[in-house]
Amino acid sequence: MTRVAAGGRIDRNTELAFTFDGKAYRGYAGDTLASALLANGVHQVATSICYGRPRGIMAAGVEDANALVQIETPFPEPMLTATTVELYDGLVARGLQGQGRLADLPDQARYDAMHEHCDVLVVGAGPSGLMSALTAARAGARVVLLDDQPELGGSLLASRNQLAEWVSAVTSELNSLATVRVLRRTTAFGYYDDGFVLALEKRTDHLGAAAPPAAARQRIWRIRARQVILATGAHERPVVFADNDRPGIMLAGAGRAYLNRYGVLGGNRVVVFTTNDSAYTAALDLADAGAAVTVVDARTEIPQHPAAECARRGVALKAGHVVTGTSGNGRVTGAHIAPYADGKAGARQGIGCDLLLVSGGWNPTVHLFSQARGKLRYDESLGAFVPGSSVKAVRVAGSAAGVFTLSGCLSGAADAAVAALQELGLSSAPPALPSLDAEPETTPGLVLWAVPDKGDESGPCRRFVDFQRDSTVADILRATGAGLTSVEHVKRYTTIGTAHDQGKTSGMIASGIMAEALSTDKHQVEVASLGTTTFRPPYASVAFAALAGRDRGEIFDPVRVTEIHPWHLEHGAVFENVGQWKRPRYYPQRSAAGSIEDIDTAVLRECRTTRESVGMMDGSTLGKINVQGSDAGEFLDRLYTNLMSTLKPGFIRYGAMCGMDGMIIDDGTVARVSDTEFVLTTTTGNAAMILDWMEEFAQTEWPELRVNLTSVTEQWVTIALVGPRSRDVLASVAAELDLSNEAFGFMTWRDASVAGIEARICRISFSGELAYELNVNAWDGLALWEALIEAGKPYGITPYGTETMHVLRAEKGYPIIGQDTDGTVTPQDLGMGWVVSKKKLDFIGKRSFSRAENQRPDRKQLVGLLPVDRTVLLDEGAQVLATADLSQLPVPMLGHVTSSYRSAALDGTFALALVRAGRERIGQRLHAWQDGELVSVTVTDPVLYDKEGARRDG
Amino acid sequence: MTENVRPLPSGPGADLPEHPKFLWRNPDPKPSYDVVIVGGGGHGLATAYYLAKNHGITNVAVLEKGWLAGGNMARNTTIIRSNYLWDESSGIYEHSLKLWEGLEEDLGYPILFSQRGVLNLAHSLQDVRDSVRRVNANRLNGIDAEWVDPAQVKELCPIVNISPDVRYPVLGATYQPRAGIAKHDYVAWGFARGANEYGIDLIQNCEVTGIDVVGGKVVGLQTTRGRIATGKVALAAAGHSSVLASMVGLSLPIQSHPLQALVSELLEPIHPTVVMSNAVHVYVSQAHKGELVMGAGIDSYNGYGQRGAFHIIERQMSAALELFPVFARAHLLRSWAGIVDTTPDASPIVGLTPIENLYLNCGWGTGGFKATPGVGWCFAHTVAHDQAHPYNAPFTLDRFTTGALVDEHGAAAVAH
Amino acid sequence: MQLIRCPWCGSREEVEFHYGGQAHVSYPENPAELSDAEWARYVFFRANPRGPLAERWVHAAGCRRWFNAVRDTSTHELLAVYRIGEPQPEVAR
Ligand SMILES: Cc1cc2nc3c(=O)[nH]c(=O)nc-3n(C[C@H](O)[C@H](O)[C@H](O)COP(=O)(O)OP(=O)(O)OC[C@H]3O[C@@H](n4cnc5c(N)ncnc54)[C@H](O)[C@@H]3O)c2cc1C
Ligand SMILES: [Zn+2]
Repeated sequence: MTRVAAGGRIDRNTELAFTFDGKAYRGYAGDTLASALLANGVHQVATSICYGRPRGIMAAGVEDANALVQIETPFPEPMLTATTVELYDGLVARGLQGQGRLADLPDQARYDAMHEHCDVLVVGAGPSGLMSALTAARAGARVVLLDDQPELGGSLLASRNQLAEWVSAVTSELNSLATVRVLRRTTAFGYYDDGFVLALEKRTDHLGAAAPPAAARQRIWRIRARQVILATGAHERPVVFADNDRPGIMLAGAGRAYLNRYGVLGGNRVVVFTTNDSAYTAALDLADAGAAVTVVDARTEIPQHPAAECARRGVALKAGHVVTGTSGNGRVTGAHIAPYADGKAGARQGIGCDLLLVSGGWNPTVHLFSQARGKLRYDESLGAFVPGSSVKAVRVAGSAAGVFTLSGCLSGAADAAVAALQELGLSSAPPALPSLDAEPETTPGLVLWAVPDKGDESGPCRRFVDFQRDSTVADILRATGAGLTSVEHVKRYTTIGTAHDQGKTSGMIASGIMAEALSTDKHQVEVASLGTTTFRPPYASVAFAALAGRDRGEIFDPVRVTEIHPWHLEHGAVFENVGQWKRPRYYPQRSAAGSIEDIDTAVLRECRTTRESVGMMDGSTLGKINVQGSDAGEFLDRLYTNLMSTLKPGFIRYGAMCGMDGMIIDDGTVARVSDTEFVLTTTTGNAAMILDWMEEFAQTEWPELRVNLTSVTEQWVTIALVGPRSRDVLASVAAELDLSNEAFGFMTWRDASVAGIEARICRISFSGELAYELNVNAWDGLALWEALIEAGKPYGITPYGTETMHVLRAEKGYPIIGQDTDGTVTPQDLGMGWVVSKKKLDFIGKRSFSRAENQRPDRKQLVGLLPVDRTVLLDEGAQVLATADLSQLPVPMLGHVTSSYRSAALDGTFALALVRAGRERIGQRLHAWQDGELVSVTVTDPVLYDKEGARRDG
Repeated sequence: MTENVRPLPSGPGADLPEHPKFLWRNPDPKPSYDVVIVGGGGHGLATAYYLAKNHGITNVAVLEKGWLAGGNMARNTTIIRSNYLWDESSGIYEHSLKLWEGLEEDLGYPILFSQRGVLNLAHSLQDVRDSVRRVNANRLNGIDAEWVDPAQVKELCPIVNISPDVRYPVLGATYQPRAGIAKHDYVAWGFARGANEYGIDLIQNCEVTGIDVVGGKVVGLQTTRGRIATGKVALAAAGHSSVLASMVGLSLPIQSHPLQALVSELLEPIHPTVVMSNAVHVYVSQAHKGELVMGAGIDSYNGYGQRGAFHIIERQMSAALELFPVFARAHLLRSWAGIVDTTPDASPIVGLTPIENLYLNCGWGTGGFKATPGVGWCFAHTVAHDQAHPYNAPFTLDRFTTGALVDEHGAAAVAH
Repeated sequence: MQLIRCPWCGSREEVEFHYGGQAHVSYPENPAELSDAEWARYVFFRANPRGPLAERWVHAAGCRRWFNAVRDTSTHELLAVYRIGEPQPEVAR
């Protein structure tokens, strides 16, 4: 065991059992999977993707590039880093080689999203973030403070209880304020425009199987902040050397975090290889915990204070030395040390070790700042990019801003908050800074990307830059040698920075190595000019399910149903999705024996009953728009192809609308209610689009017209009562209404009481039969429907669905916009020249009719097709050919079948089709080609049933 | 060093291809060229390659304002198919697909072209009609296409949820077996290397800032790396086409929009094909290394910012999980956006312009990666002969005046 | 994701709005008098600059009113919003 006897922030009273790679282990509450593995002496966690090399734990946080694990229990989750998985009882995980595994069972967990608005959002709750949040909170601002760890403190958690009292005091003060929301286990992963920050809160992951099933496992916070303070800290950067990827080699700060936070001493014989002062703290802490430590500092000039401290503890110090390589079989067993001068390493010497800590400096975590379109500036002395421009309402504080002293972080963070508050108009008295021990003077760090290697790069020694991608210095050199001069190209050529960690520890180094590789004696290439690859959301990986949230299944898209829906359900309707609506497609009958009618039989029956007696359909989904105003008529004239202003109150007219390009976009009926009011209908799927279309013209093009538009689709229930006996049915429930043709003619409407319900009855027909369309208040709809069903019983009334509606209208040659048209069809193509006004000077789309293409005699036109064998049903989508010779591909196509049905009335199959110069071809024999089969067809007029219109008036 | 673990290739990432040792020179621009191609994306590079290979024209420069193929070429989801509805479209896309089938060999570059088949799902009865229509049209045009029922969808891609209980159940799909994906960067680099070998200059960090026209004729270009004289200019600037065309006062029926895409971490193979759904709006494949590559819906507003809005991504995820519940715990690793040049009829514009010696290739919108070799071939022909190749002849700028649009919205609907 | 200031309702999330393309392109006085090319220009051609663009939006999930905005298409940043009928404001880039 490498757990030290005491200390750390783990709860030693709560032991947790877990399994890794099939072996059982124990850890404590407060551990991560990584710290628990290290505590159990497990250093090798994963296997590298290309070369199958053993890989360990290199960091203690989200930046780890190595320790990829697959969670198996409680539920399979691919590819997490062991450093970000909080340990829980019953956790089963295994190490990965590059690829994760998705579960094959459905994920039952819940996910949701919350919107949050605040004055100041502080990202990161290290010393800087805490200071900013406290300053803002005390000024009375609404503050959100979030941090990806389970407790606040950030980098201080890795220290030996530095400022621990201050942290807990600030934490409780923030927790106590109603204006402050503190989100732990929450990672801000994206900065979008105008202070919009996305964050992922892991709410129950750390509970494992004990997570309450009703609680959302993860939550997306959509935060709109007036001011944002990014106190996101910095990631330590390694130095590249040969065989730098062995288990037991980790970042110096991580070695310290494992000791101080988790009570785990990663090794007993420790080499600390550094280029800067920060790693000395790790060396001293580990030495104090009992490890034998050697510090290898690439600098010749080393900091005095830590050097003295080292001496005091017997820590060996090798200044002006570097680690050139390592040995080991699996875990590291030795470091190769060599003197380093003028960029060259001298003769090497081995030191045994079981832990090698590395520090090449720190990269400020500028991801969110960069996503906020902040420009970055290369800082030569840090060897890293720091915020280099100002961004509206965004401030960067602490080490994220390149500040690396605690006092500097604290005062800078308070200043950032004060500045943010000032912009919000809030006055503030920054809280007193906590008192700190004097910080020793620092010695400048050395920027060293990779230790030079005399070895053959293609040999077994590899200097790894991106561990997860197994990409090496040699790969970068190969890329630059191939002529690549852009970091983006090198990234793509070598795949560096494309893995799970998105290059958090490797990207900067790759730019550095590239700059060196591209520099010649004559021409120095600067890292500053190379830049880095772009930081893109998300900062850390986010599960798809978390992003999908609750918008799944039923509520993926709203389901719209009519008031009569319960009746349809009760009566066994089979539904069809039409836009968001559920519409009955047909109503199969159940025989006494229990067998259920198939669709063909049901539709033939519904059609026959309707044409011979009476049927009814729920037409409530039709779009209905109320148009009011003194200019309503003029307005409709401009939009419809025909005249509407001449329509008299009480009358109805069919109308079509075209787009600017002259292609038909919708059709329906327009009823004039009064001089200043019309009600028009649209097809079900187009209702919203048409309202928007009309509204746009009313508001933007012709604001001078006095007209108002209101959707009344939901307010009215519409029932079509159709068939020769419809008049009888209606008469039995609307005794006061004179239903004679003379009194109530075709294309007129009347208000009347029907079965005691106030109704607006329109005499319109989409079937060619005598028909009434009854419109009532939505809440009366079901009652009316039931009354009509009852009244129709003596006539054998049938409810029918969309399928029968389609057959009936197709028999009459009525097109359905969107089925018999595809956005390339004009009213004239449909044979509806009569709906295009010759009188009007203009209407939307008119000008397009005179374009060259519209004048072609061989445009596709709507025709009927009768299969020669009337038992054969054409496929909707069959292609129409003039020739039966298929030997030469491509075969010229004349058009396609748009609608095709079996017809009771026509005693056989029939179809509608769009066919080139179709009207000229009436009478011709053509071929329909469907799935390899040729069917002979005769071209006919599209109107196949009751051409004379004899049935319309009953 | 004997104690080292021998780094022998072994893992799931080991079968990635080796890149060639050399790709291209980085020359300074010469004072003049016979042809200058503006835009070093896939289309520009392919055009350069075929100008040299098919027409022997090698005194050519490709000018790229950023890094080579760093625009949409580097950002697309790499779906390749030719099952478009209209004859005009199937002509050029099928020509392209045939070139894809020999491209790896022709370029001598491992472009990871994988003909794993593409499924376009249907979710409504109208989708079914449109799909059947397209399949029939495709087959009569000599393109492999099938209509498959939900059970067959499941066989081709077992992870698709074909349950009738989802919001918009899968009613079937069109299937093009020869369709698939390729590695975008490698395709671009293959063309670039090929062009470079013919002596063509690929010039990066060279933004065209002006087009010199004398007497109705293009004579040269102003660039951030100086003036370059040229006999002919071929524009292949995708999302920036309007900006370039406006330099000569030419306006285009093009709107530039952000289009986003995203990837997951590497996953064990689970998704053997490519699935696209227009109604539920998902298109997804699993790339060679194992990441899920997914495209999102187009952002509504014009934008050159190469960034989109986040609700588009969230919506995308809901849609993906509707169809692929097993993706629940896959993770989003990276998202990005390109700038797509959309036209009113969702078809490209390729051909001559009112200005002599100025040629235009643009308007490929969300779907031009698949056309890369095909359009390179045809555009090179157009530039070399001052006349459109039969395959791009229908895609004139003039069609918006005559009305002879090639409207791929209506029936083929899926844009990628 | 933008925060868009509806001139009637105030700042609202982008998801509440629909985009309406270039502003100030009015329907021709008399389309019949236009040549095919002029008509095509009106129907199919819209400005597509990189930089400030006067464009239309509608607060679809709010007051349903159309309004105009000037937005920089290179940063996507909204520089000004104004009501239909108001003149296009000068904006500093
Ligand atoms: C997210 C996304 C997903 C997509 N998915 C698919 C898909 O699955 N299948 C498919 O077929 N297509 C897809 N596409 C579309 C496809 O990427 C494009 O149609 C195609 O890449 C465009 O051609 P290109 O490669 O030449 O464009 P680009 O790569 O964009 O090339 C244009 C080049 O011109 C340069 N340029 C611009 N202005 C200037 C100037 N003034 N001077 C010099 N250079 C200039 C640009 O920097 C750029 O490099 C997708 C696009 C995106 C954005
Ligand atoms: Zn509003």
